[in-house]
Amino acid sequence: MAIDTRPPSSRPGAPSPVRRTSTSRDPERDSGRPARSLVVALVLACAALMVVDKTGGESSPVDPVRRAVGEVVGPVQAGVSTVVRPLVDLPGALRTNGSLRDDVDRLEAENAGLRNQLAKAGYDEQRLAQLAGLRAVARDSAHALVAARVIAIGPAQSFSSTVTLDAGSDTGLRPDMTVVAAEGLVGRITSVTAHTATVLLIVDDTSSVGGRIGDNLELGFVRGHGTLGTDDRLELELADRNVMPQVGQPVVTWGSEGGSPYIAGIPIGTVGKVYESLRETSYRAVITPGVDFTALDLVGVVVPSGDQHATIEADGSLVP
Amino acid sequence: MNRRGRLIGTLVAVFAALLLQVTVLPLFAWDVGGLGVVPDLVLLVVVATALATDTRFATLTGFWAGLLLDIAPPADHLAGRWALALMVVGYVVGRLVHDNAGDVGAGSRFAREGVRRPPLPLALAAAAGGSFVGTSVFALSGLLLRDAGASIGELLPVALVALLLDVVAALAVVPATLWLLDRSTSDGLPRPAVRPAQRLRVRL
Repeated sequence: MAIDTRPPSSRPGAPSPVRRTSTSRDPERDSGRPARSLVVALVLACAALMVVDKTGGESSPVDPVRRAVGEVVGPVQAGVSTVVRPLVDLPGALRTNGSLRDDVDRLEAENAGLRNQLAKAGYDEQRLAQLAGLRAVARDSAHALVAARVIAIGPAQSFSSTVTLDAGSDTGLRPDMTVVAAEGLVGRITSVTAHTATVLLIVDDTSSVGGRIGDNLELGFVRGHGTLGTDDRLELELADRNVMPQVGQPVVTWGSEGGSPYIAGIPIGTVGKVYESLRETSYRAVITPGVDFTALDLVGVVVPSGDQHATIEADGSLVP
Repeated sequence: MNRRGRLIGTLVAVFAALLLQVTVLPLFAWDVGGLGVVPDLVLLVVVATALATDTRFATLTGFWAGLLLDIAPPADHLAGRWALALMVVGYVVGRLVHDNAGDVGAGSRFAREGVRRPPLPLALAAAAGGSFVGTSVFALSGLLLRDAGASIGELLPVALVALLLDVVAALAVVPATLWLLDRSTSDGLPRPAVRPAQRLRVRL
């Protein structure tokens, strides 16, 4: 029993000094403890409520009560929500003009970047496909390639079908190297500067490429007709005049000595039409080139394997 | 003893806690497995009531507050589950706090002042225990009645996060409730400047 030593004046009312001084063993100490019957009654009430609500199912007797309480509490909740939400959003509204301007600048820059990406997406896909094609070419022909891009196409007024690449003698290019694209033979380099190279396309009318029909290895010459955009741009004349080319047969290069100017086994195109030349008693085949010469972009220049400038090795791997 | 003031104070606290719990706190909810866990303010009010008043009042407060939680929107579970859970919380916290108050020692603060102004560690411990008991009873009643779709494995992390949040929220809710009970039970007499806790104890 602790003794209360405080003066009575500090205890206005002082209703129950007994409670304050008692221990837990003292029955008076627990005057605030609920009667056992009350606890049991409350537990039973809870259980009864749960059972009634559970067995009631869809037409539970609790539902009207729920609805009534909802009618009262719902609007209050809506009111509190209406009042509180702007307060919750307040930190967002208190931002400075400067930070908002920074945000606008940042978002504009991001937007421009994203637009740029979107515009280039198709182009990048195409270039990726071309690069993959070049790697396949390098792997198939077992030659290393220097990747280059077409940066200029010679005007038709010059009556020669030439393009310019963005790689030159600095990257190891020399005249009479073979230029290929993912789809097949493009042409050969005729001249180089330090940073550019001029390529004579195989459709030029001075171009003559040794070709053979891939199916039967018959030899011939593929000559250009000097036009970029129309049909009948390439023509195959076979050495054996008795052999008649068949439509759809593939034509590949048969290669020059030392791989210059043309390496062997590069696809040129397929036989599109066959004419019989009565005067020369031979067959003339029009070749549909595999390469679209008006849409050249990424091409590969064949260099000796192990060349320090090669960007695609002979096994198709990219040189970093 | 201002019983009417105490009742009104408790009612205000419970309603305010309910409204805050369903309208404001979900904006800051902690997502656990797709469920937004918020501090259980009503439970904390019951805990504070158990700390500040007697066990009987705390038990009844828990029952009615739980019943309100059960039938006020957006509740959709079986009515009586929170009533049972909060009633148990009020009873257990009240019994533990009040029965052990005298065990600390005759000269201790508990013996002098009762538990009307519990120290903060006791309030936090009561909040943690009450949160665990209440959430457990609620979850287990749901499992027994097949009311909840979740299994124990899913309930446990939610209960633990709720426990953590409750302890943090108790730092604010319990003192606020004690203050409200203090104010609502005052009878306008000038307060003793030296021992406000003593006056509160006497009146409750």
